[in-house]
Amino acid sequence: MEYELIGKNLVIHLPEELDHHSCGTLKQDTEECLRSYDIRRIVLDFSAVNFMDSTGIGVILGRYKRMQETGGDVALYGAGRRIRRLLRMSGIEKLAAVCEEEADALKR
Amino acid sequence: MREEQREKMTLTMESRSRNEAFARAVVAAFVARLDPTLEELEDIRTAVSEAVTNAVVHGYRDREGEIRLLAEIEGDLLTLEIQDWGVGIPDIEKAMEPLFTTCPEGERSGMGFSFMEAFMDSLQVISAPDQGTTIRMEKKIGAGEDNGNG
Repeated sequence: MEYELIGKNLVIHLPEELDHHSCGTLKQDTEECLRSYDIRRIVLDFSAVNFMDSTGIGVILGRYKRMQETGGDVALYGAGRRIRRLLRMSGIEKLAAVCEEEADALKR
Repeated sequence: MREEQREKMTLTMESRSRNEAFARAVVAAFVARLDPTLEELEDIRTAVSEAVTNAVVHGYRDREGEIRLLAEIEGDLLTLEIQDWGVGIPDIEKAMEPLFTTCPEGERSGMGFSFMEAFMDSLQVISAPDQGTTIRMEKKIGAGEDNGNG
C-alpha cells in the first residue's frame, strides 16, 4: 500500500490482493494523511489489484463517509472487469467516480 | 462428461487474517483439477475469502481460534464448508441482508454474504449464539461453459 499526495488529492495505490488482511492499517494511515494535509479527494488506484473481496467495497464506503464529513469526495481508477462487476453489484459506483486513468480521477 | 469421482480435503488453521489469502490459494489449487474457467475460479476465491474473513472478524472478533475448511468434489460439484467455534450469529436472516454489518469501525461493507450468495450456486448458514458458525456453499463447475467462458 502506497500513499501519494498530488495537489489536494491523496492517491492510495492499492495492493495486488485487496482483502481484510492487506487493508489492516489503511483506515489509520489515511486518517494520518487527512490530519496532516489539506485533502479534498481520495483517489483509489486499483490498477495493481488482481483480487478483491467485499473488503474493497468497505474501503470505498469508509473513505466516502469520511470525505463527506469535510465536503470532499472519492474517485477511483484502473479497476479491471472483475472489480467493476463487484462495484456494480454493491451499488458503490454511485458513491465514487469510476475513471479509466489517474489523470481523469484527480481533482484539479 | 467427467468421470464421477469423489475427493476431499480439510484445512485447519488459526483465525489470523493472513490465512484469508492462504485459504483462497489452497481452495483454488484443489479446484484446479476440475479445470474451472477463470471466472469460476474468481467466484470461488471470493466466496472463500468472504467466509474465512467472516470467521476471523466476526466469529472470533480478532481473538484467536480455529477455522476448519472442508472442500469436496463429487463429479463436477464443489462443496465448501467453513466452520468456526466463535460467538455465532444471533439473527442469521439479518446478518445476510445486504449492507448489514455489526462492525463498529465501519470498515466492513456488509456485502460478504451477498457475494457468497451471488458467486456460489447455494449458500447455507448454520449458527447460533456461542455455538460458532458453519457456512456451507456449493457450486457446479462447468455450468457456464456454453456461455463462452471456457
